Amino acid sequence: MTRVPRLRPGFRFQWEPVQDSHVLLYPEGMVKLNTSASAILAEVDGHRPVADIIARLEQNFPDAGELTDDVCEFLRDAQQKHWIELQ
Amino acid sequence: MNDVARPGHPSHTVGPPLWLLAELTYRCPLQCPYCSNPLDFADQSDELTTEEWVSVLRQGRAMGAAQLGFSGGEPLVRQDLPELIAEARHLGYYSNLITSGIGLTEQKVRAFREAGLDHIQVSFQASDPELNNAVAGSRKAFDQKLAMARAVKDAGYPMVLNFVIHRHNIHQMTDIISLCERLEADYVELATCQYYGWAFRNREGLMPSAAQLEQAEREVNDYRGQLAQSGSAMKLIFVTPDYYEIRPKACMNGWGSMFLTVAPDGTALPCHSARLLPIEFPNTRQMALKSIWYESPGFNHYRGDSWMPEPCRSCDEKGKDFGGCRCQAYLLTGNADNADPVCDKSPHHDRILAARRAADHATAGLEDLTYRNTRNSRLFFRS
Repeated sequence: MTRVPRLRPGFRFQWEPVQDSHVLLYPEGMVKLNTSASAILAEVDGHRPVADIIARLEQNFPDAGELTDDVCEFLRDAQQKHWIELQ
Repeated sequence: MNDVARPGHPSHTVGPPLWLLAELTYRCPLQCPYCSNPLDFADQSDELTTEEWVSVLRQGRAMGAAQLGFSGGEPLVRQDLPELIAEARHLGYYSNLITSGIGLTEQKVRAFREAGLDHIQVSFQASDPELNNAVAGSRKAFDQKLAMARAVKDAGYPMVLNFVIHRHNIHQMTDIISLCERLEADYVELATCQYYGWAFRNREGLMPSAAQLEQAEREVNDYRGQLAQSGSAMKLIFVTPDYYEIRPKACMNGWGSMFLTVAPDGTALPCHSARLLPIEFPNTRQMALKSIWYESPGFNHYRGDSWMPEPCRSCDEKGKDFGGCRCQAYLLTGNADNADPVCDKSPHHDRILAARRAADHATAGLEDLTYRNTRNSRLFFRS
């Protein structure tokens, strides 16, 4: 919970109007992200620890309820895909 | 359902060109015999100006292109590259520089980074200087590549190393991957030759035998296992030659579906090889990129599936592989409409089998290959 996720070097998260979605860009690759993945990655800035990210998301999406499990699962998955590093 | 976009009647099912490949120049200091540039490149010295490239980049971005490749030839020979990189970053592209590393310096690596370049891919020809330099046709290439790979890493770029694999270096797989590990590469592309351009001309001298390929696959898989065990994030991408498949590749993910190449002279193409097809392709100097992508006969030529003859027409896999590669169909059968002969349902599949047999018995050395240089290129367009 105190660990700080950040995008790996060479990864960029950005909004693509034509695709009407956020994408993750990396060397010669692009992943179109769904709404929840986008909401989480938007909070990953290389400074905020996991606990803060969860708190902010729960504040921004009060109807979504407890988000700890979902966020941790996504971050684990993103780490396994080598999109992010946890420091 | 008929989802074919007919010339002049753009179909709403045609998606945006998400990938733009800017082939800035055909000029290159190296002479790799598997170059994908046209054989007659020396006859095509005309290049878009900086302003014309900027216009192409702007139009592409407005249409939704997000990935941008600067390639060639050797893109570094374009003096306006820093300007184009800065424009690409300003527009919001993810920009990739595909380079041999020749002409690169540590200063340039850093300056490009500051201008907003996202990624530099350095290509190698082999894991040792002798073979590397023999394939590249340059005596100093290997040391320069090593130095530049290190500079790329030091500047904080993700490191992608590319090795084109063929029968003369396929035995080096373990050495190649080990070199990449020492250089701390993030991605390693082990790309066996695709037989277009100069590589098609040199196919017999480049194509690995089935036994060589099997051995290489074993070595790559073993190494993958080791990397996984050590927790390494280095990703190995091994592209095996489609000549050893029985179903064709979904070339470019479908004709005119997401890839757009602009050649040095502004000719717009659905892939960098399509220039060899007997189809007229539009030029960005004469037509807006949007019209080129959605309306031009060249780009609509092989969209959808109504153009397909048998066996593709009635095949239940046509939505998966789109009949394979049009360039390969043309090179091997003389008619680009035909099924890609890689498919074992193709009546021309025997041509693939013959190439495999030839690879089992090939004896040609590196010195027998036709190297990609201006002198050899002139011979092609004169004849």
